[in-house]
Amino acid sequence: MIRAVLPHPILSLGLFGASLLLSGSTAPPSLALALLMALAAPQIMRVLDVEPVRLRKPLTLLSFAVVVTRDIIRSNWEVALVVLGLNPSGDKRVSGFVHIPLEMRDRYGLAVLAVVITSTPGTIWVEYEDATGVLLLHILDLQDGDDWAERIKNRYERRLMEIFE
Amino acid sequence: MSGFPANVPAWAALLAAGLVLFGAGLTFIGALGLVRLQTFYERVHAPTLGATLGMFAVLCGSVVYFTGAEGRFMPVELLAAVFFTATTPVTLIILARAALFRDRTDRSGDGVRVPLEGECAGVVRTPPDVITDPRRSDAPQDR
Repeated sequence: MIRAVLPHPILSLGLFGASLLLSGSTAPPSLALALLMALAAPQIMRVLDVEPVRLRKPLTLLSFAVVVTRDIIRSNWEVALVVLGLNPSGDKRVSGFVHIPLEMRDRYGLAVLAVVITSTPGTIWVEYEDATGVLLLHILDLQDGDDWAERIKNRYERRLMEIFE
Repeated sequence: MSGFPANVPAWAALLAAGLVLFGAGLTFIGALGLVRLQTFYERVHAPTLGATLGMFAVLCGSVVYFTGAEGRFMPVELLAAVFFTATTPVTLIILARAALFRDRTDRSGDGVRVPLEGECAGVVRTPPDVITDPRRSDAPQDR
């Protein structure tokens, strides 16, 4: 029953909020417009036959967001130092590619991982092979002690798999 | 939006100014990176400074300012943050992939040695903990 009216509950919620924010008010006309958006758009998605997003453990999303925010702030600082030439490794800094075999196959999980890795300064998602599940990253500052596969898999992939799979 | 600085409380104006300056500074460092870093793959990293913390600080400044000016909390900047975060990586990934394709097919790029297609094929069969060794394939030998 609820699936018939709201096939994409997260999308509906997002559209409802976005519409209210764009109207800039919570007066009845704005609420009506937001409600219309929230109910109509998912019906279009139904025609497109898009697989709905399922969050198995929504609370893990919070801890994931905390980890990502901390990493982004820290690597902003590190990349700023590299650009200004103030990084500890100085001229001996080496950048390069790293292969990471992923176990996650959920497409939404991979999409979130791509956004997170690319948004984090210093790491870029370059290529992902569907058949093998191997991800190619480019890292701005490869330091000897760093284990990037460990970092990506433990910090991000594990939590994302809990959330989406 | 009608009242310009006149009816914005001083604390809001100062906090907003600080946040906007901080964000603009970070974005400037990112832009500087486009000039200072050596290869294409390194340069792709630079704009993410402005796209993450820089963007966030400027938007926070905007929220503080307009909350003070209008006397109510309606953070429409939240939408800007969401769309910014969702769209910037798409562009950067496409750029990086285009560069990778170029470097695999001809030598008109920066001379960076890139992993060939399927070069990692042997990697998958070994357990994940054995193959964590990063390939330092663009060591600066030709610069």
